[in-house]
Amino acid sequence: MSKDNQVLEELTSKEYEHGWTTNFETDSAPKGLNEDIIRFISSKKNEPEWLLEWRLSAYRQWTKMKEPTWPNVTYPPINYQDVIYYSAPKQKATPKNLEDVDPELIKTFEKLGISLTEQKRLTGVAVDAVIDSVSVATTFKETLGELGIIFCSFSEAVQKHPDLVKKYMGSVVPVNDNYFAALNSAVFTDGSFCYIPKGVRCPMELSTYFRINAANTGQFERTLIVADEGSYVSYLEGCTAPMRDENQLHAAVVEIYAMKDAQVKYSTVQNWYPGDKEGKGGIYNFVTKRGLCFGDGSKISWTQVETGSAITWKYPSCILKGDNSMGEFYSVAVTNNYQQADTGTKMIHIGKNTKSRIVSKGISAGHSQNSYRGQVHIMKRAEGARNFSQCDSLLMGDKCGAHTFPYIDVENNSAKIEHEATTSKIGEDQIFYCLQRGIDEESAVALIVNGYAKEVLNQLPMEFAVEAQKLLALTLEGSVG
Amino acid sequence: MLTIKNLQAKIGDKQILNGINLEVKPGEVHAIMGPNGSGKSTLASVLAGREEYEVTGGEVEFLGKDLLELEPEERAREGMFLAFQYPVEIPGVSTINFMKTAVNQIREHRGQPALDAVSFLGLMREKMKLVEIDQSLLNRSLNEGFSGGEKKRNEIFQMAMLEPKLAILDETDSGLDIDALKIVSNGVNKLRNKSNAVIVVTHYQRLLDYIVPDFVHVLYKGKIVKSGTKELALELEAKGYDWIKDEVSVA
Repeated sequence: MSKDNQVLEELTSKEYEHGWTTNFETDSAPKGLNEDIIRFISSKKNEPEWLLEWRLSAYRQWTKMKEPTWPNVTYPPINYQDVIYYSAPKQKATPKNLEDVDPELIKTFEKLGISLTEQKRLTGVAVDAVIDSVSVATTFKETLGELGIIFCSFSEAVQKHPDLVKKYMGSVVPVNDNYFAALNSAVFTDGSFCYIPKGVRCPMELSTYFRINAANTGQFERTLIVADEGSYVSYLEGCTAPMRDENQLHAAVVEIYAMKDAQVKYSTVQNWYPGDKEGKGGIYNFVTKRGLCFGDGSKISWTQVETGSAITWKYPSCILKGDNSMGEFYSVAVTNNYQQADTGTKMIHIGKNTKSRIVSKGISAGHSQNSYRGQVHIMKRAEGARNFSQCDSLLMGDKCGAHTFPYIDVENNSAKIEHEATTSKIGEDQIFYCLQRGIDEESAVALIVNGYAKEVLNQLPMEFAVEAQKLLALTLEGSVG
Repeated sequence: MLTIKNLQAKIGDKQILNGINLEVKPGEVHAIMGPNGSGKSTLASVLAGREEYEVTGGEVEFLGKDLLELEPEERAREGMFLAFQYPVEIPGVSTINFMKTAVNQIREHRGQPALDAVSFLGLMREKMKLVEIDQSLLNRSLNEGFSGGEKKRNEIFQMAMLEPKLAILDETDSGLDIDALKIVSNGVNKLRNKSNAVIVVTHYQRLLDYIVPDFVHVLYKGKIVKSGTKELALELEAKGYDWIKDEVSVA
C-alpha cells in the first residue's frame, strides 16, 4: 500500500468529532405527517390561529408538489411518513433565564464549544441555541434590547412580536416556493428571529447554533432577519448532529429582508454529520436561503463553508430589487467519501445598477460529487447591472467529481457579466515542495487547501475563520491519493 | 556529512543512476556538472526523496543516518535542503505563511517550542537582508507570478530561514540574468560556514565563478566519470563535454 493510501485509511477511520448524543427527556410528536400533526405542533407552541392556517395552507400545497429531481445528487426516496416532525427536550416551564435551563442542555452546548453562560463567552457574540425542534436559550437579549434589537427564538417572536412575524414571514421565500420550503412552512418548529431597527449597527455578531440530537427526527427551523433602513448586522450559523446510521432530514428556511441602505452579512459553517466512510447515514441538508434587497442601496452577503451533510442542496440567493443594491455569495464546499453537494446561488437583478459577486470554491475528495449551480438573471428594468462570477474546483484523487452548472439570463443589454471558472488538482509537485521544507503531508494539504479557499475564508468573522480553517483541514485529512 | 556509495536509481523502467560514489564533508562546496540527461537532477531528487524515483541499489548516509530510510520531510528536518530548479506555485499561501509552517515543524522535530509571531518576524527580517529580498514578494502567493529571478531568490531566502546542514542547489542558475545570478550567489556565500555544505548542480560553469567549489565532479550516463578542483570546471567550459564522453568511451 502506498503511503498516500495509508494516510487515506487513517483519515477515513477518523470519527466525526461531534457524533455523540445527549440523554435528556424529550417530548415528541408521533411519527408521520398529516393535518393533525400540524395542529399538534401549532398547539404545542401555543400559536395564534392565523399561523396555524398558514401552516395548513402550506401543507395542502406541499401535498400537491413533487420533490425536485434536477439536482445532481442521488438518494433513495424519502418516506416522509417515517419522520418525527416535533421533538423537544422536556423542560419544566419555558425558561426565563439560563438558571432555568436544564444543565444537561447547557452541557451539550458546552461540549460543542458553545458556552451559553454569558460571562464565559467572548463578548462579541450573542447565541440562540436550537436543539432538535426548539430554541433552548438566547444570550445577550437584554444588552441587545437596549438598542432596540430583537434577537430571540422564532417561537418567542410569534408570541411577542406577531406583527413583525406576520408581515415578513414568507415575504422572501413564499410558502410554495419549492418542495422543501413548503414542507418547512407546514412543520417548522423553531429557529431565530432578528430585527435591527433603523440606523442601528448591531454591536456584536448574532449567531444561531443548531444541533440535531434525537433519532428519526427532522429539523425544520426558520430564521427571519429584518434589517430596517440603514442598519447593519452580521449573523453566524453553525450546526452539528450525532452519528447515526439512518439519514436525517434537515429542511430549513432562512429569509433576510433588507430595507434602504441596510447591510446584512450572513455566514454559515455547516458541519452536519456527513455519514460514514461507506456513505451510510448522514444529514440530508435541503435548505432554502434567500435575501431580499428590498430598499435602494441595500446589501446582502452570504458566506458559507460547507463541510458536512451526506447531501447538500442549497442556493443562498439575493433578489436585488432596490436600485444600487448589492448581493454577494462566497462559498467553500468540501465533499469527501460519499458526500454529495449541489450548491450555488441565484442573483436576480431587478433594480438599476445592481451588482452581484459570486466566488465559489469547490473541493472534492474520495468518491464524492460536488456541483456548483448558479443563476444570474438580469431583468429588463435592471439598467447597468453587473455581475462577476468565479467558480473554481479542486480535485483530490481520481474517484471524485466536480461539476459546474452556470445559468445566465440577460434581458437588458447594458448588463456586464463576467464568468471565470477553473478546475485544478492538488499536484504531487506542490505536496513534495512542502515535504522538502519539512512540512508533513497533512499540514501540506491543509496549507494548500486553505490557500485555495482564502478569498472566501477572508470573508468570515475572525473567530469563525480559524474554526473553518481547522474544519477544512479535518475534513480533508489524508485525502491525497 | 554525506556519504553516497554505489547509488543506483530508476524512474519507470529507465535506469538513470548507475553507481554514484560521493563524499561530502562539512564546510565543502561540491559542484556536479555534466551534459543534459546525465542524471544531475535525478541525483538531487533522489537525495531529497522524490517518490517517482526508485532506488535500486547502493546506500546513502547523512549525518550518521540511513538517508534512504527517511521520509522526504524527515530528511528536510534533519537538515537537507533542495533549492528547486522549478519552484512550485502555491496560490493563496504567502512565502511568510509557508515558512512559518516549515520553521515550526522543523523546530518541533528538534524539540524546540514554536516561534511566536514577533520572533519569527525578527528572524525573517534578518534573513531578508542577507539575501536582499523585499518583503512585498514574501507577502505574495508563493511563486505565483514571480519572475525567474524572484523564484530563485525566494529559494535562497527559504534556505536562509531553514539553515540546512546540506543544501543542494539544482540548476539554480538557469533562467537568471547576470545581476540576479550575483545576488543569488552572494546569498549562498553568506550562508556558508564551517559546519554546513553545499552541492551545486549545474550545466554551466558561470555560476561557479560566484560560488567557488572545492571539488568538481562530472556526471555522465549516471556515473561520476571525473573529479577534480575548480580548474576542471574551466576546462569543461573551454572544451565542452565531448572530450569527457570520448574519454569514457575509450576507457
